[in-house]
Amino acid sequence: MSSVYALLFIVATIVLVIGLTRKIVQYAKTPAPLKIPTTPAPVTQTGVVFRLFREVVLFESLFKSTKWTWIFSWLFHMGLFLVLLRHVRYFIDPVWLPIQLIQPFGKYAAFAMVAGLAGLLVRRIFVDRVRYISAPSDYLWLLILLTIGMSGAMMTFVIHTDVVAVKQFFTGFWTLSGGELPMDPILLIHLTLVAVLMILLPFSKLLHIPGVFFSPTRNQVDNPRERRHLVEWARKFEES
Amino acid sequence: MAGAEFETPELSEHIEVPELVEGTMEHITCFVAKPEHQTDLGFPGEKVENWKEVAIDKMGDLLSRYRSFQVFMDACVKCGSCTDKCHYFLGTQDPKNMPVGRQDLLRKVYRRYFTFAGKYFPKLVGAVDLSEEIIDDWYSYFHQCSQCRRCSVFCPYGIDTAEISMAAREILDSIGVGQKYCNEIIGKVHKIGNNLGLPGPAILDTLEGLEEDVYEEDEVAVKYPLDVKGADILLVTPSADFFAEPHVDGLIGYGKVFHEAGVSWTLSTKASEAGNFGMFIGSYENMRRVSLRIREAALELGVKRIVFGECGHAWRIAYSFLNTLAGPFDFLDPDYPVPQHICEFTLNEIEKGTLEFDKSENDDMSITFHDSCNVARASRMGDTPGGQFEIPRKVIKAVVNNYHDMEWDTIHERTFCCGGGGGLLTDDLMEVRVKGAKPRMSAFKNVMEEKGVTHLAAICAICKSQFTKVLPYYGMDMFQIVSVHQLVSNAIVLNRKTPPEEAPGYGEDDDE
Repeated sequence: MSSVYALLFIVATIVLVIGLTRKIVQYAKTPAPLKIPTTPAPVTQTGVVFRLFREVVLFESLFKSTKWTWIFSWLFHMGLFLVLLRHVRYFIDPVWLPIQLIQPFGKYAAFAMVAGLAGLLVRRIFVDRVRYISAPSDYLWLLILLTIGMSGAMMTFVIHTDVVAVKQFFTGFWTLSGGELPMDPILLIHLTLVAVLMILLPFSKLLHIPGVFFSPTRNQVDNPRERRHLVEWARKFEES
Repeated sequence: MAGAEFETPELSEHIEVPELVEGTMEHITCFVAKPEHQTDLGFPGEKVENWKEVAIDKMGDLLSRYRSFQVFMDACVKCGSCTDKCHYFLGTQDPKNMPVGRQDLLRKVYRRYFTFAGKYFPKLVGAVDLSEEIIDDWYSYFHQCSQCRRCSVFCPYGIDTAEISMAAREILDSIGVGQKYCNEIIGKVHKIGNNLGLPGPAILDTLEGLEEDVYEEDEVAVKYPLDVKGADILLVTPSADFFAEPHVDGLIGYGKVFHEAGVSWTLSTKASEAGNFGMFIGSYENMRRVSLRIREAALELGVKRIVFGECGHAWRIAYSFLNTLAGPFDFLDPDYPVPQHICEFTLNEIEKGTLEFDKSENDDMSITFHDSCNVARASRMGDTPGGQFEIPRKVIKAVVNNYHDMEWDTIHERTFCCGGGGGLLTDDLMEVRVKGAKPRMSAFKNVMEEKGVTHLAAICAICKSQFTKVLPYYGMDMFQIVSVHQLVSNAIVLNRKTPPEEAPGYGEDDDE
């Protein structure tokens, strides 16, 4: 069974890395022929970095838009971020000091994550506008993430799993030394869904993760009068 | 079809998010372009037989040429942030007028043909085959988007429905299903030189008329020159300015400002149009062709600067795209931005102290300013972000005594579109225009009641035309919409009694 999971995670990692890289390369290679930042926009590259930072870390535009959605999604994303950082300890040995320091926060961040997801799910079901735009996959993602979050929290706060064995299993990946995964149903559900998430990410709306960095309305400098902006396919018109 | 009766929505004090009512605007389809309107622009005259393949191919082509389109098709997480932001949704309740609802008309086809999930699990991700009905939906609803970008302000990923509706319209054009209003107008620009199809002699006649009018009123010979070689400034303004009120009052104002500033300027028959409907249909090629006229005019007349008159989407193209489409403009004076907005020019002169105003001339009005969508969210004025909000307001405040802004969440980058932009300013779309104007009309009515505001000033030809038509539907007067430079024109004191070019010593020293 352990080797099935080992294989699953190898596949998941390969699909995630190759899939995501392909999308990122596609976005990077696709030209942006016109300057289209949503204004007021920064007039310098540094300004753009700050704008993207505020967007990625603080969800600035969402904050402007809907406070409830902002609260739920920010709780979810920041919770997930801390939880992920905490999980680094399962992959490295010795554990870096910052990761050690983050452990207690990462533990309780699971609640923030689950609460945020639950809020988003309730909103999706009960707000008619959001229900109208939702496809089955939109609910499915929330349920997958909720199950991942809740099963993880269960193992931390209710029924502990043998984390030492889990760590041995995953560190065994790098060192090829192998290791046995505890046959704990909650852990197996947790890991299966994580692998599913990794595999589906490059084919799903989770492409908003690289997408936000490539969005021309957010990442362009507002300087079209100062600098001419011409892409290759448009240059051809000038020659003819 | 157009012309059907409809009810004007009632204005409410606050912006209320309505319940969804599916299909309320399905019946709205604007007139389809005739074959000659299509072929003039390089599109097939009629719906092609293999429209399905052509449409999918075109979508693929656009996906590979526009990063915005590719990223925006992928990145939406259906968070719903945009759902209550579009003035057309707020006014019509039709869920396909919610930005994401509109985008999904295209996105569900994108998913079906261009994504793994949509090819193999279409039901799961909401992907569908391209069909006749979808083409009809595209035609209806992508011509109910004014490309105002309000949704893009609130989207966590900056997804801009304007980009998507441009792509949809280009796909429709490429299968031979174009919109008459836009395509006929672009054809007129290509053939005659402006949107209204005014030939040179008609423009000359209008300008001479204006000179007479101004002389009669102020006893000062303000010139409105056309095709004058060697002038310093080429003024490019929407052709509506030659034609109708309140637009023409703005044009009178520009002339007076130039006159008092002591600069030589000219209009051009070749570049007798600032508007560029190429953007509305998403066509880079057409947008470029229209833009090149301005370059040619500037070269032929040998001007040093280009100034744009009051026009919203024209200013977007001028500010954001002109340098790209028709540049480089290295033959112009590098001391000035290319191009410059008339409000930038006027404020500059105000700050230099060249202009004198008698603000009391505008005391019969109390003014509020309508930030035009494409100026607010797609361009800039001045050197700093947000200059497009400050500069017109500074100009207005310099010439009027009574000024009040509308509510904060309906101005600046959150401004509501007039409801007539983006190729919707046509009578066959009147129902969309009236209903889409509801949020703007509400905010205007509020500031009328709370602050005693009487007039709405705008710097966009489409806003001005749209409000002239729509204000009466809401029980207000069509003359409550004014041009910013009309206010300038009212207040300006003409101290220079002869036109600058006739004044002794003119041209001896550099005027700026």
